[in-house]
Amino acid sequence: MIWQFDLILLTLVVICAVAAITVKDLLSSAIVLGAYSFLMCLIWTGMGAVDVAFTEATVGAGVSTVFFVAAIYHTTRRTKD
Amino acid sequence: MIRRHEDIIIESLARFLTPFIQAFALYVLFLGHYSPGGGFQGGVLMGASFILLVIAYDIIEGKRRITEKFNIVLNATGVMVFSGTGLLCLILGGEFLDYSQLAAILPVGPEEARGLGILAVEIGVEITVAAIMVSIFLDLASAGEHEEALK
Repeated sequence: MIWQFDLILLTLVVICAVAAITVKDLLSSAIVLGAYSFLMCLIWTGMGAVDVAFTEATVGAGVSTVFFVAAIYHTTRRTKD
Repeated sequence: MIRRHEDIIIESLARFLTPFIQAFALYVLFLGHYSPGGGFQGGVLMGASFILLVIAYDIIEGKRRITEKFNIVLNATGVMVFSGTGLLCLILGGEFLDYSQLAAILPVGPEEARGLGILAVEIGVEITVAAIMVSIFLDLASAGEHEEALK
């Protein structure tokens, strides 16, 4: 894999992971977690684990984001802590 | 939670995209032997196509398409296909999920019977995963309301 591309992806993954747990708005947190899943999918594709990447793209970035949003609709959008 | 907004662009786009997502789910299932994919990924795609319809319309419309009872039947059918294939191998004299025994009832040799047996198990996995994804989403989104759709 091209190391510059790898470095950019890993930096973005770390930024997304930190942002997903520090953001106060739960809806943005869910969306950032979906972006994190999609970047992990790209990294796994680069490493050759296409099957894992496919599962990550469908479950992590696709369905679980929808589940999070559906759950957040029944609670408050702002986190207290 | 999900109220209908009567947006013609979103509704027609969802209706247009759904058959393509479902065709891709079947493609992923049947080419799972040769390419990435398989029963689980195909099932998630199949469930996601229905979730897209429910998001674009609303829960009432979605439950009119797939009722709760039909969904429960689908859940059980997938598990039955999976374990039924295993039990069939057991009845035919092999071990549980020993697909080569299926050659006794199929007009193919033991090697092809193994491939077909794996395909049968993957079909069972796909049905159950798709139905479970839809169940989880509908339970989360409706929060146990919409009891009239249970009939």
